[in-house]
This record gives sequence, structure tokens and C-alpha cells, in this order.
Amino acid sequence: MRKLAFFSWLLFFSTLSRAQETFPVNGVADNRSGTYAFTNATIVKDGSTTIPNATMVIKEGKITAIGTNVSVPADAVVLDCKGKFIYPSFIDIYADYGIPAPQRQPGGFNFNAPAQLTSNQKGPFGWNQAIRTDVNAATLFSADEAKAKALRESGFGSVLTHQRDGIARGTGVFVTLASEKENKVVLKEKASAHYSFNKGTSTQSYPSSIMGSIALLRQTYLDAQWYKNNPTAEGVNLTLKYWNEEQSVPQIFEASDKWSVLRADKIGDEFGVQYIIKAGGNEYQRISEMAGTKAWFIIPLNFPAAMDVEDPQDARFVALSDLKHWEMAPANAAMFEKAGINFCLTSSDLRDVKQFLANLRKAIEYGLSESKAFDALTKNPATLLGVYDEVGSLETGKVANFLISSGPIFAEKTVIYQNWVQGEKYAVKEALWNDVKGSYNLVVNTAGGAKNFTLDVKSSMSAAVISKDTVQGKFSSDGKLVKLSFPEAKGSRNNIMLSGTSTNRIWSGVGDDANGNHFTWTATFIKEADAKTDTSRTKPAPKIGKINYPFGGYGFETMPVQETFLIKNATVWTNEKEGILLNTDVLVKNGKIAAIGKNLSEPGAKIIDGTGKHLTAGIIDEHSHIAAASINEGGQSVTSEVRIADNLNPDDINIYRQLSGGVTTSHILHGSANTIGGQTQLIKLRWGADAEELKFAGAAPFIKFALGENVKRTTATQNNRFPDTRMGVSQVLMDAFTRAKEYEAAWKKYDEEKKKNPKAVAPRRDLELDALVEIINKKRFITCHSYVQSEITDILRTAEKFGFTLKTLTHILEGYKVADKIKQHGANVSTFSDWWIYKMEVVDAIAYNAAIMQKVGLNVAINSDDAEMARHLNFEAAKAIKYGGVSEEEALKMVTLNPAKMLHVDDKVGSIKVGKDADLVLWSDHPLSIYTKAEKTIVDGIIYFDREKDKQMRIDMAKERARIIAKMINEKKAGGPTSPYSPSIEIMQTCSDHYHNHGLLVVDAAEEYQTQNQ
Amino acid sequence: MKKIFLFINILFVAIAAFSQETVYPAKPQSEKITIINATIHVGNGTVISNGYVVFENGKITAVGEGSTNAGSKIIDGKGKHVYPGLIQSISQLGLVEVNSVRATIDHTEIGTYNPNIRSMVAYNTDSKVINTLKSNGILFANIVPEGGIISGSSSVVQLDAWNWEDATYKADGQIHLNMPSLFYRPNPFAGFRGQADTRTPADVVKEGLDKVEETKSFFREAKAYFKETTHSKINLKFEAVKGLFIKKQKLFVHCDVVREMLVAIDFAKEFGFDVVLVGASESWQIADLLKQNNIAVILAERHALPTMADDDVDLPYKSATYLQNAGVLFAITDEDGQTRGRNLSFNAGTAAAYGITKEQALSSITLNAAKILGIDNITGSIETGKDANIVISDGDILDMKSSNVSYAFIQGREVNLDNKQKQLYERYKYKYGIK
Repeated sequence: MRKLAFFSWLLFFSTLSRAQETFPVNGVADNRSGTYAFTNATIVKDGSTTIPNATMVIKEGKITAIGTNVSVPADAVVLDCKGKFIYPSFIDIYADYGIPAPQRQPGGFNFNAPAQLTSNQKGPFGWNQAIRTDVNAATLFSADEAKAKALRESGFGSVLTHQRDGIARGTGVFVTLASEKENKVVLKEKASAHYSFNKGTSTQSYPSSIMGSIALLRQTYLDAQWYKNNPTAEGVNLTLKYWNEEQSVPQIFEASDKWSVLRADKIGDEFGVQYIIKAGGNEYQRISEMAGTKAWFIIPLNFPAAMDVEDPQDARFVALSDLKHWEMAPANAAMFEKAGINFCLTSSDLRDVKQFLANLRKAIEYGLSESKAFDALTKNPATLLGVYDEVGSLETGKVANFLISSGPIFAEKTVIYQNWVQGEKYAVKEALWNDVKGSYNLVVNTAGGAKNFTLDVKSSMSAAVISKDTVQGKFSSDGKLVKLSFPEAKGSRNNIMLSGTSTNRIWSGVGDDANGNHFTWTATFIKEADAKTDTSRTKPAPKIGKINYPFGGYGFETMPVQETFLIKNATVWTNEKEGILLNTDVLVKNGKIAAIGKNLSEPGAKIIDGTGKHLTAGIIDEHSHIAAASINEGGQSVTSEVRIADNLNPDDINIYRQLSGGVTTSHILHGSANTIGGQTQLIKLRWGADAEELKFAGAAPFIKFALGENVKRTTATQNNRFPDTRMGVSQVLMDAFTRAKEYEAAWKKYDEEKKKNPKAVAPRRDLELDALVEIINKKRFITCHSYVQSEITDILRTAEKFGFTLKTLTHILEGYKVADKIKQHGANVSTFSDWWIYKMEVVDAIAYNAAIMQKVGLNVAINSDDAEMARHLNFEAAKAIKYGGVSEEEALKMVTLNPAKMLHVDDKVGSIKVGKDADLVLWSDHPLSIYTKAEKTIVDGIIYFDREKDKQMRIDMAKERARIIAKMINEKKAGGPTSPYSPSIEIMQTCSDHYHNHGLLVVDAAEEYQTQNQ
Repeated sequence: MKKIFLFINILFVAIAAFSQETVYPAKPQSEKITIINATIHVGNGTVISNGYVVFENGKITAVGEGSTNAGSKIIDGKGKHVYPGLIQSISQLGLVEVNSVRATIDHTEIGTYNPNIRSMVAYNTDSKVINTLKSNGILFANIVPEGGIISGSSSVVQLDAWNWEDATYKADGQIHLNMPSLFYRPNPFAGFRGQADTRTPADVVKEGLDKVEETKSFFREAKAYFKETTHSKINLKFEAVKGLFIKKQKLFVHCDVVREMLVAIDFAKEFGFDVVLVGASESWQIADLLKQNNIAVILAERHALPTMADDDVDLPYKSATYLQNAGVLFAITDEDGQTRGRNLSFNAGTAAAYGITKEQALSSITLNAAKILGIDNITGSIETGKDANIVISDGDILDMKSSNVSYAFIQGREVNLDNKQKQLYERYKYKYGIK
């Protein structure tokens, strides 16, 4: 059987007309020119040119003539296309057609296996397995008739295909969907180069995070540049060689969502590359940012199905963001169009490519214009890939890739009859080519003589037979064969059964009657059926909700704005030498604190009554892991090249939740998976902003370090990553800074040499060491996760050896044991109020830690490291009063001014002082009391959290939820596509060593990380 | 007294360094003690603003307003607040020391049906955590085993004891059932790990209900077993749940989502058990049904995040209010893994900030907790005849700003409030010369 299949496959290719010269023919040459003429058609040459009643001639796979004044060659096979439309066939710019799917190791990763620190790839390639520039899709490509057929039936004639595996994915190949030998099908061998953030099948530990992927890409750009000078020490590195070669073709980046789009674009901006970005489907939620990339987009049309939410207990767990996305996703392409962004469309991401046309029509129903849709499938991809001279429109000389359809291509009732690829016909719904509808004169030649009927064919599936009575017949026609049976008279059980063939509009065949008599019959066409208009386009665009920021629950439809307001008669905790001022007014103007005093007035200012209330500076959390897409790059012990800033997630609901607890600034730290972690990012909790707007402008650069149990992978049973002890941790630091010193010296030497010799070769730029050099030069500061006194003392001494000061020791639960040494060194400390005994290195942690360190004279902060605790850092500060008798004012400073100082932003925030940022919290009660609530939380003079407004938002959200849930249920009832309900899981980033339950729907990314890396 | 205390402290610093081995359990009450001039929070909602409490031989003998001169030892409670000893309704205290060190973990047994597992036999009275709770006013804890569907029985211990037998306050009062999950919660990382969950929501519910049915079969067979008085073979598992059928034990059902809680109610109806829901983060949705069915609730720590991104940001703070308003009997507990229970009273304080009264909040960690644990006849409130389980705080015990426990009595015994952390505090105050 196998042999047979193989044989027939061979046969299939060999029957085709235009064989390659180098290939021997088994048999007799069968050279055909493939000359066809398509006459009387409505030909849509491109988005702006439609020629009615036109003729197109093709020969040897190319278009040789097109227009109204075309002479049909004598040797052409003529197809009358009257009433039919001809379009250039579509191009899918993001396919994996004909490319073997990347194979993961059987059974997935082995998480108990030790870390894989180097690439498994054999040969003269680069160090990281996820950089696969050696992949050339053309060499992997093999035509796949089954998949080609599905794509052709959706209107595609050619695709750009590549292997979707890795961070750099090598080149893509542009091919047609003809079922011919690959040599003929490939139109452009290296048409594109591909990238993503996903390391795919790479089993190497690094990178293990989005920010790690970003760092790897950035470093590879630098390395490739450096490699151009053929550095001897590197030897041959084919990965970098190919990388350089691949820069000249279109660069396509697969981003999975709106934020990843921006992340990708930013890398491009840094290295002068404008990526074509493959979108994920939710980009409409941030369309102005998308426009800001100036990129071309590739938009998929995979819309979420309505969830089955009939059970209110299920509906409860679907977040508004998911409900809204279901409703709005089909409008994604329309919103790109409206924003004036250039794009292509792709069938990629669809579970079944057959959904493509239906989803495309849906996108059009939701506002995408037909002309943009058409360009997005023809001219745009062809132009981007530099193949518009071959495909993408119907022009003389171009490849004969075209569709013949029954009507305008995007109309709901339109069918594609044929899809011609490289001049070869592929039937789609060819049976419908000949419109069978109409009236026929049916003559049945029975023994008793000819009987005449009128046959009224309504469609290829139904017909009525009229003589004396009108009776419904069972009818079917596939365009070539016809079957009909009908009762002799109304109510009769005696059926006449006919079958035959159709040639043009004359049918003939044989039949039987109920008595077993055989006879022949004919049917001749009389007249057309009454034309019915296609009503599908008259549907009004569906009503959808509004976009809000962030998208989903508690988002703002209109962002709150800076206001001038006067808070009257409050108890003001200044954190300055004025101390606590009673019955005091604070004026906020232009985002700053403009005045503090009694009986202030300001014309036009909004008055906020602070009577009985307390006003404090906004809370600053020195140690937080919210608002980021990834937190730990644990693939190596030193990852100073990664940056939290590269992967902020402004949609994190914890931003809003923490505003409700009075937090206005958070220091987002890398996790503690490795000794030298990543660069941190200070943010202001500007709920609704995008990633760039979240950043605290002008904040000093910091980096996270970590010591102890986590970095020596205590929980991993088979750790093979250096270090495995605190002794090793110490040497990781020594080694890193020693290398940094040498690196700096090499650059200094080069800078000197360059003055004399402009051809001097620059050292390799190393992002990891760049960050460490910044530390040595006091341009970047360390916040170091540290617990026990031995490791604390050691890192102080290491820093001193290299001539810098540790800025902050964070966690520092045994800080009280070496507070004097820390003071002498000059570091700040940031600790938990009362956490302890969750692991061995914290069995000596005490709740009096903050008080002792404060009394020794250290600048002490209390931090959260936890999305939940951050909601009540004021309570945590109050514990310093309980445990150790710190004064109330000093306790409050531990979550406001003190962290501002250690983060170098105390000139802007941390106290209530004229000229400082208006980052304020109005509390209902004493700010350190368990009974207090943040009533208003203000950042830059903008009220981001307001307890009254919050109440209204919840009412509105409930209504919006109910509306969309009802709509989903109706969709299910109407038979639309549905999927089982899926609860909205919240992925939480944590430091990775806590025993804290965050709720039913939270998946702890750190736990996952640990599982993966044990 | 205070002076002696100070002296002892200095002694510790000088000699014993930092080990709480010198924190001795107190001897039985030897003299009549009277607290006067204090604000007495009875635990049942009543506050006596200038009152006294007298206790003798471990029992409270008088409580009232005004003054009394009974007693050989007088504690002046002027400006102070007197509370019943706080109760941790659900705890792993003494069953685990350091969560990351397997050898120190004794809370989870192997097996699906382990009703015969008894927590108290593994309760380590020398856990360093215990004294950090006492010094925050927590004098009792219900020690709960984990694992399987039926984890075993829990016992209430008092926190000032030489060994677990001394500690036992009420043995085996509850059987713990972990409701099989009826909640579809796919893990977004599962696919990546090559362990994608292909079950549909309906599959998950069905699987859970099958397990529930199997669990019910266990109880049906146990019930039948008890109809026969003699058995050729003793079934220890059945024997362990006998108390449920005669209402000497309660069934504590650990679950969160509504579907699971409804099934728990169904359990109560079928077997006539006293059912208490534990965790019950979604119980605010069905408060009236819980009241109707007389189901009590133990809420996990209130310093928690809302379940849904769309939920009221303060929902965990407010859920006690829903229960209170519907008249449901509830307690609040604190099992936080990082602080290990010492913030119990502040969790109650937060509930008070978001809708219930301070005294109702107090009840949720005293009298109502005692009711749920079946020990309200002997403790949970400051009432004559009950054990003298009393805490004195310098200020409002629910508010960390003022909560500072200066005295605690368990059965009239004055408890040493020192702990490892205080000792380390003293040690380093000594080092740095901090006053």
C-alpha cells in the first residue's frame, strides 16, 4: 500500500506539463504550453483596477495578456467566464506550510534534569541553541498537497513559510501552493528572516524569560557586528555569519500580544531595524502605540469563540477583559485600518485554515474595508517581500496565480470555483461553475410516449417538477452528473427516478418508473431563475463595547487628568522637619505640591475636604514584582544584561489594587534566582498608562543581586549550576567584577588606540559587563537580596574591594546582627516587618529588625516583595512601632521617605514639600492604624484611585459583564462557535521563596520557574 | 513583677544567650488574681469600660463593672484592654517548623482517607513559632492535619505546655475533609511542561463529584458499621469518625468555590453532620444559604487578594461583613506561611475596618471560634465559670499600632511572654548599647 501511495505521488508530479530540463523523464516527453484564455470575466487586477468583460491569457504558468482588447491565441483553451470574477490569489505572509513542525523532546522537558548551560547543537555554531540562524526554510521545505489544498480553498496561491522555532528562526522561503516539484514551487529562496521571544524547542536553560530573550537578541546584534571583523578568538561562528547575511531580507518578528509588539519594536529601534511585526490579536487595545511603531503588521484572524457561560458559577470566573476581548477581537483589523497602520492578513494561528474566509468576512462585518482586506492579502505582502513583480496582482508577465469566483470575493455567498496556481488549475467548488438554476423542459421517453414536464431547478440541491401539479423532486447536481426523482403526481407514491449527465445546459440520461420500466430522458434549458440579491452585505456593523485603559476591569475609558486641587483642613504628615501639621491645607497644581499652609485658597481649584482625615506622601515599595511579564532570568548565575524595563506589564490589576492601599511608586526588581540578577525599574503606579509612561522618569539605574539559598538553588535536587554554596556565591561576585574591570580596561585601551589608529579593532561589547562597569563607576546601584550575616558581611567587603558601595540590602533579615558593619559601609536597608521561618536562612529573622537597624542609624525601609502585602505597607510600617518602639513619624517614613532616599528620588517624592511631585494619599484615619483606608491616591496630581469612583466603576463593570455574558449566551443559542468556559487565570510574578496563598486563580510564575529549573 | 521580668531578661542575655529553652511553661495558678480598672472586652460583643476580672484556681470567678478588692494579686489595668485568649481556628503550628525543610514537616500524610490520623500526637510544644503567637495574645490553636480527602482529626491545644499531652485542650474535635475540586482551573504553564490538561470543565466537575460520591460511600458504610456493635474486624477509619454521627465531632470541609460549598451543605443534610466550611473564600456569595443550613465558616486570613481581577479590591476585607449581616457564625484564622499566624488579631481588625464592629471582629477570634471548635463552654469569653484564658493589651489588640500584650493567662497561669525573637532583640540591643 505504501509503495502504491509513493508511486501515485510520483505519477502526480510527472503528469504535470512543464518538466524541468535537468530531470530525466521516465517515458515520453509531454510538453504542453498550458495556454488558456479566460473570456468575458470581471477581472480585478489589483485593489484599484477592475475590468468588466475582460479577457486574460496565460501561458507556461505566466500571464501573457490581460484586458478588454486581447486577442485570444489560436492554441488557447478558452474558458467562458461570463458572470464570473477573476482575482489575484491571496498571499499568506506568515505560514509554516511544508515545513516540518519543530520537535520537542519526547515527554516535554525533564524538569528534574540539571540545568543545561550550553547549546546542544553540534558544529561551528553559536553558544545559544535558541539562535537558529542556520535554519533555511528552503532546505526544509517539501510541498504538502493536503495542506496546500486547504490553503488554496481559502483563496491562497502563495505563502511565505518558515520554521516557527526559536528566538532567531533563520530564513523563510516564498513558495506557491502548486503541487509540483519544490524546484518549481519556490519563488524566492531567502525571502525573510524571522524572530520571536520564544525559545521554542531549545532545551538550554538560558533564556528563561522574556527579558532574557530580549537581552539575547540585543547581545546577538552586537556580537554579529563584532564578528564582521573576524575576531580570531571566536574562530568560525556560523550562527553569527548567517545572522549578518540575513539582515538584508525583510525582518519579521512574531509578537504574541500588544505589549510584545512594543518590546520587539524597541529592539528594532535600537539596532536600526524596522521589523514587520506579526501581531497576536489584542493590539486594538493599544492602537495608538501600535501606530507609533511605524511598523507593518501581520494580523491573524483567530477570534476567540464565545465561552459557555450559561452557568453563573462558571461565568463568575471569567474576567471582564476576556469577555470584552471576545466581543472586540474581530474588530482588530478594522482598528488597524482606522489608525492608518499598514498591514497584511494571515491565516496563521487559526486552528483550521478553512475558517479563514469566514473570519475574514467577520472582520469586514466589524468594519474592515474590502479594499484594505484585499490589499492586505495581495499587494501588501508581495511588496513587503519584494515579489510584487511576480505575484499580488494580475499583470502581464506575472505568475498565473488567480481565483475564479462566482462574485465579489468577500461577499458571503460567493464561492471560489477554481484557484489557479502557476497556470495550473485546482478545483475548489468547480461543480458550481455551471449555474444549474433555471427552468428546463424535461422530456421523459416512456414506453407510452414522451411525457413533458417543466423542471424548475432552484439550486444544485433542490428542484420542483411541474406538469399538472407542482411536485418537489429530490434533485442533485455536481455540475457534471445529475440525479432526479419525483412522484408522478401530487401525493403519489410512484416515483420516477432519473440520472444522467449535463453538458452545457442540456441534460440527458436514463430512468426507471415505479413499474420497473426503463427509458431515456432529456432536459433542455429554457430560462434563468429570477436573480436574488446577496443580502449579506447590508448587515449593520455589530455593536461592541468601548476600549478602556487598561483593557478590562477597572480600566478608564477616559484617562484621569491632572487637576488643580486644594485639600483642606487635613492632618498632614510632612515627613519634613515641620512634622505633623494639624488642620492644614495642601495645594496641588501642575502635578506638584504648590503650597502647604492654613487657610489656603486658589481660584478654580477643586476643593477636597480633608477634615478628620490624614494626608501623607504616597507609599514607596522598595521591593516589588508587580507589573512585569517576567521577573526571573535564572538561566545563568550572572544576568546583569537583562532589564525589567524591557518587559513591563501595565495591565497588571495589582497596580490598581496597590493604589487602593496608598502605593504610588514601586521598585520592580528582578527575582532572586541568581547571584547577579537583572536591572530593575522604578515605576509610578499610573494605572492605565503604557509601559513607557509607567517608568519613573529620571530615576537612578539599579540592579538586583541575590545571595544565599535561592541563588545556590537549594530546592533543586540535582543542582549543577555554580554556585552551590555561599562560598561559591562570593566567588561569582569576585569573578564578575574582576571580568568587568578587565573589560573596562580593554575599552579604555581601545579608546586610546583609536585616537592614533582609526582602524583599531573595538573589543566585543558585552551587555552583561557593561552593567557591572556601571556599578563599579557608581552609575548603577545595587539592591541586594541578602539574609544571613555571613553573606552580608562578605558582599560588603567585595564591594569595598572594587571601590563601590552597596546601595541597598533588601530582605536583610539578619541585618540587625551586622547593623554596625552595614552602617560603616554606608548601605541602606529594606526589610520585611515580620516575616520569618519560611526557610532555613530566615529562622533567626526577628520583627525587631527594622527597629534595631533604625536605632543603629541606618536608613530603613519596609518593603513588600508581595502583591498582597503591598496593599497595606502602612500596616507593616506600624509593626515597627509595636516591635521595637519606633516613633509613628519614623515608622511612616519607612514606607515613604526612607525608600525614596535609597532610590535617589527623595528630591521628587517621599514627603509633602512644596515643589515635590504631588504623590499623595488621603487616608480616612490615622495612616498607621488598621482601621484606615486610602480614600484617594494621587500620582503627579492625578487621582488614580478614588473610593467613590471605585464604587461607580464596580456598578458599571457589573452591567458590562452582564451585557456581554448575555450576548455570549445568545451566540451559543444561535449556534455560533462556542468553547467551554475558561477561568481568567492570573499569573503572578514573585521573588520565588514564599509560602503565601494568593487565591484560586493565581498561578505563581516563580513556582513554575522552580519546577522548570529543578 | 515587671522588675523580676526585666531581671530574668537580663539574665537570659547574660547567660542563656538566644534560646527559648528558658521560657518555661507556667505553674498552676496559686493565688487569686484580680485585674482592675480595665476595659474588658468580654468576647460576646459586650464591653465593660471600667471593669474587673477575678480568677482563681484557673477559673474566672467574677467579672463586673466598677471595682473590687478581691484577690491577693492585683493587676492595675488602667488604660489597658482585657480580652479573652485569642484562638487560632486552623493552624499547622507544631506540625511544621521550616516549610522548606522536609524533615521539619509533619502535616501531610499519605493516603486518601485518613480520618484516624491524629494531629496532636505530632504537635511539637517546643516549636519556636509558638511563643511568637503567645506574645501576640494567641493562647489556643486548632492543630490541623492535611492531605488526601479525609486528612484526620484536629485537636485544640493551649500554647503553654511541656508536651502534647499537657497541651491538649480538646482532643479530636474535628474531622477534616478536603473537598474534591469542582473547579476548573487550567494551568497556563501546563502545556509548556508537556502536561497539558485536556479535561473540560465538565470533566473536572464530574471527576470531583465521583470522588465526593466515593467519600459519601465511606460515610454510609461507616454509618452502617456503627449499627452493629461487635465487629470481627475493627475498622480504625470508621472508628475515627464515630463522633461525627453522635455530634461529638464536627466535619470541617476545606473548600472555596460555591459549587464545592453547596456540595458540603448537601453533606450536612445527608448525614446530619455539623459542618463547618474552612477557607470558603467565596462564601460571601451564599451567606444566606449558609445561615439557613446552619453552616459555620472559618475564613482564612483576610489580608488576601481578591479572587478575580474584577472583584471589589477590598473583597477579602469585606467578606466577613457579608457573613455577619446574614447571621452566619464565623471565625477568622491566620495561616500565613511567612508570619505563621501571629497577625491573627490584625486580620480581624481589618474585617472591622470594612464593615463589622470591633467586638464582632474580636468574637471571630475568640467566642465564635470557640463555638465552632466546641470549646465555648470553657473558653472564648470572659465570663464567670470559664477558664481564665485572658490577655491584657496596652491598647486595642486589633490594631498593630497599639497592640502590645503585657500579660497573658492560660487557665489562670501567668504565661511567660518571652520568645526567641525578643531574646535576639535583647541580645543585639546589648551589642549596640540600645536602651
